[in-house]
Amino acid sequence: MILESKEVTKLFGSKRAVDGISLQLEKGHVYALLGPNGSGKTTWMKMAAGLIKPTSGTVAFEGAPVSIESRKHVAYMSTEPYFYAWMTVKDVGKYYQDFFEDFSYERYQKLLQKTELTEDLKTRALSSGMMAKLKIAVTLARDARVYMLDEPFNGIDLLARDDIRACILEYATEEKLLLLSSHLVEEMEAIADRAVFIKEGRLVENVDLDDMRSQRGESMADRYREIYGHTEG
Amino acid sequence: MQFDPMTPIWLQVKRALETDIVSGLRPPGEKLPGGRDLALQYSINPNTAARVYQELEKDGLCETRRGMGTYVTGSMERIAALRREMAEKAIQEFLSKMSVLGVSRQEAARMILKEEER
Repeated sequence: MILESKEVTKLFGSKRAVDGISLQLEKGHVYALLGPNGSGKTTWMKMAAGLIKPTSGTVAFEGAPVSIESRKHVAYMSTEPYFYAWMTVKDVGKYYQDFFEDFSYERYQKLLQKTELTEDLKTRALSSGMMAKLKIAVTLARDARVYMLDEPFNGIDLLARDDIRACILEYATEEKLLLLSSHLVEEMEAIADRAVFIKEGRLVENVDLDDMRSQRGESMADRYREIYGHTEG
Repeated sequence: MQFDPMTPIWLQVKRALETDIVSGLRPPGEKLPGGRDLALQYSINPNTAARVYQELEKDGLCETRRGMGTYVTGSMERIAALRREMAEKAIQEFLSKMSVLGVSRQEAARMILKEEER
């Protein structure tokens, strides 16, 4: 097992953003982390990535609590943009190369080729869709053990989503753990093999998707509607 | 490939490969793509792709040679049996649709023959 969340709770003031989540994630799987906006997906991911600390409970990476050390092995893509406006696509790659030992500039270039991004483009000139692709390319160019992508399909048009899926699948090997959060459930039906449903900061279930389809005759989207009713954010 | 989200993905890809085997698009004894390549070709999870081969192997439709990859079965008998199975299934589906329309089996048979003359 790579990541284990034990009774993890995060309070923001009096609000329980994450409420006692216990969850085990194994390598060799692509997990869809599902839930409406505000259900606690991002907060949990940030704790698992070691960017914020739980109020109580622990997240362990290969048996040891997440730390500066484990961050070397975890590639996390947040929803917020985080490049300086003056940077070119090339600068972004160099910046990552300086920052992460496992970053491969060659792999970054290979990923860029799958998009219409070129190294000379300034990040401030990028459309939101191109920015989304840049974030994904720079994250997947790391040779990490765990990839956590928060909303990778947001702001990306239908055709480009196919490119993103192809990039993600290329790096989904037996040794890696991928966790993709999204409220665009349909985008993940075929690339994820497991789904983790979170509602109001709590874990609802962590299921094998093909088992769910064969045993309950339900799609991931059906289950989503069942759990969240008509309150999708 | 467009997937039906209610049916296990492995089963849908398995059926697509079975159709390729029966139609001769993937001839007996031909090497199949590796698990990872299958995953990329169909845009599916690699574990799902591995499951496709496990299930095909269980059904005697492909064989894995250690270190060499996965191959379509060389058994023409097995492929003929699969062809028959798939045709029977298609007929059952057709007949049940016809029965909903109130078309008897005899009438359906006559309609098929007539369609052939066109």
